[in-house]
Amino acid sequence: MRQRIEIALLVGPALVLFLGFVILPVLLAAVYSLYNLPPAFRWEHLADPERFVGIANYERAIGNPEFIRAIGNNFVILALSLVIQGPIAIGVALLLNRRMRGRGVLRLMIFVPYVLAEVIAGLSWKLLLQPQGGVNAALEALGLGFLQRNWLADPDIALWTLFAILTWKYVGFAIILMLAGLQGVPEELSEAAAIDGASWWQIQRHITIPLLGPTIRIWAFLSMIGALQLFDMVWVTVAPTVRGMATETMATYMVQQGSFGGQPGFGSAIAVILFLISLTVALVYQRFALRRDLAGSITRGVR
Amino acid sequence: MNRRSTTRLVTLTAATTLAMAAMAGCAPGGAGADDGGDGDVTITWWHNGTTGPLPGIWEDVAQEFEAEHPGVNVEQTGYQNEELQRTLIPNALASGDAPDLFQVWPGGELRSQVENGYLMPLDDAIPEAVESVGATVNPWQVDGETYGIPFTFGIEGFWYNTELFAQAGVDTPPTTLDELVDTVGALREAGITPIAVGAGDKWPAAHWWYQFALHSCSPEALQAAEAEFDFSDPCWVEAGEQLQEFLGVEPFQEGFLGTPAQQGAGSSAGLIANGQAAMELMGHWNAGVIGGLTADQEVPEFLGWFPFPGIPGSDGDPTATLGGGDGFGCSAEAPPECTELLAYIMSEDVQSRFAASGSGIPTVPAATAAIEDPNLAAVAEGLAASSFVQLWFDTAFGTTVGNAMNEGIVNLFGGAGTPEDIVTKMEDAAATL
Repeated sequence: MRQRIEIALLVGPALVLFLGFVILPVLLAAVYSLYNLPPAFRWEHLADPERFVGIANYERAIGNPEFIRAIGNNFVILALSLVIQGPIAIGVALLLNRRMRGRGVLRLMIFVPYVLAEVIAGLSWKLLLQPQGGVNAALEALGLGFLQRNWLADPDIALWTLFAILTWKYVGFAIILMLAGLQGVPEELSEAAAIDGASWWQIQRHITIPLLGPTIRIWAFLSMIGALQLFDMVWVTVAPTVRGMATETMATYMVQQGSFGGQPGFGSAIAVILFLISLTVALVYQRFALRRDLAGSITRGVR
Repeated sequence: MNRRSTTRLVTLTAATTLAMAAMAGCAPGGAGADDGGDGDVTITWWHNGTTGPLPGIWEDVAQEFEAEHPGVNVEQTGYQNEELQRTLIPNALASGDAPDLFQVWPGGELRSQVENGYLMPLDDAIPEAVESVGATVNPWQVDGETYGIPFTFGIEGFWYNTELFAQAGVDTPPTTLDELVDTVGALREAGITPIAVGAGDKWPAAHWWYQFALHSCSPEALQAAEAEFDFSDPCWVEAGEQLQEFLGVEPFQEGFLGTPAQQGAGSSAGLIANGQAAMELMGHWNAGVIGGLTADQEVPEFLGWFPFPGIPGSDGDPTATLGGGDGFGCSAEAPPECTELLAYIMSEDVQSRFAASGSGIPTVPAATAAIEDPNLAAVAEGLAASSFVQLWFDTAFGTTVGNAMNEGIVNLFGGAGTPEDIVTKMEDAAATL
């Protein structure tokens, strides 16, 4: 009895918040998505049978090349994050895991971008990457003037520029995760391998990285979800016009159409699609990649 | 032991938490809901005056009104325009906790706010103030009832650098589209960026298409579009074709797709302010924006203004102009003092001070004489000479169609769409209404 009261007291507030601010909005979005709602909508609109359009909003979203392109952009960023940020993070973590001078300072510097607020980092890059901004000026000064571009305003390269900023911002987090994972790799194994004549590369390849597996898989999971839900960095750095042409993501498209385009119903349908895509990716990944890591950590049937 | 008591406890905890949250949420609303009885009344006032002399004027107005009406407290706050229009006011209205006096945008937005019963009709409360601005109030009316009064209204035209024009050997501003194209050529030859456009923000680019549409479409076609979203007239496609042709002469600055309109030295207004581009097509507020972006925070000496040139042989009314204004309205639940404050804002005295400050063109005709800035005077003259003023199309068509239209137009600017796409996008958006 007492235990139950304790559970209720401890879980209650969190549960109320979770139900009220996560589950309820998700359900409401699903309801809104079945309606054609005006920009300034009221509850009464939900009772108007003429406003009920069934799955028309979903059909419109799926049949819309701009939204399909937004989904594509999300998956491009997802793939690039895994393929480019992962190896960089593992490499730097392996380097930083050795004893060397200034290691603490290096770690700090790598982690700083991640600590910066997203909007501040985004605005800084936006200013640096303007046609007459710092990056182009630096290129000019280095005699690399031919590399100057209109980084964020050229639809052909905006997505790549954006990805570079995202890498700068998030690779520090990946490195810190990997470093933490490396602490769990027992040194005895490397020492034993070294005594058996293994080179540094062989040790990393056959001992360290396999033992870093759980960390890599968790990082990949976080990175994928982050890529799918990407919003703020795109919103802040890229001008609306270029965003619409080259770097729209599902989340920015949702806000653009639902809020700025004055179509809450359509925006909700996009929100639901975004949710389903993220959920599917997350579940599939958990089922196939994270299964071993999670075994034992999920509590079942506690009496 | 008993599962039931546990359930009850959970329910109780949940209920208490919810109740507390609800009470916390209600508190500010309760305090603000003064009903104009004997006690003190607080009027909250949201406006878009954040830069230049405007915030100071509104602050003075609030203090003067408080002084004249003991027991009335005016809380005025300025917010960035788009933030106010797209986020703050819609959310405040939807949540039922609206400010008393706030900026009201005409056209589609006004119609939906009136439909929802958010706004107070003003004709019976302050008829003199409504009449004082004449026909300018029309866009703020729905079915003959007035729901907002504009304190400023102006038209769009070119803000240009007279020194750069002289440098390129252009003595008089262009009066036809062909002359505009020639001017662009002359400026290019002189090594000057002819036109700055803040296409990154979408609407400044869209205004170019609006101008072509206004000059191509007959008044009947414009009427049909605004009333029934009927875009079947070929003039809407022609507007895009003319724009496409104009884009062909490369009149704009490099990388215009990413250029913002008003923020920073790299914005289109900033390029004009710093002499890096010769002209910009922009609304009547632009002198203030440009002034805010110069090193000394003053409107530069070289700034001049001329109206959008005519297009000979087109269907449009050659004396029609494109424009818009800013107006205030009262929330449906506002205390009666709100309309009094609005009437005071519209008084000749306040309007004259507004005009004298160079913030914009006043709507009360008698106050127009107080305009000191020569460029604003030119805009006011152009306004007076217009046979009719078409409201910005995105405002007139409302959020949904307006947004789709602007997206279609910037796609054309970026080479990713056709003139027909713009019309298709508008029709598709209109079909969802």
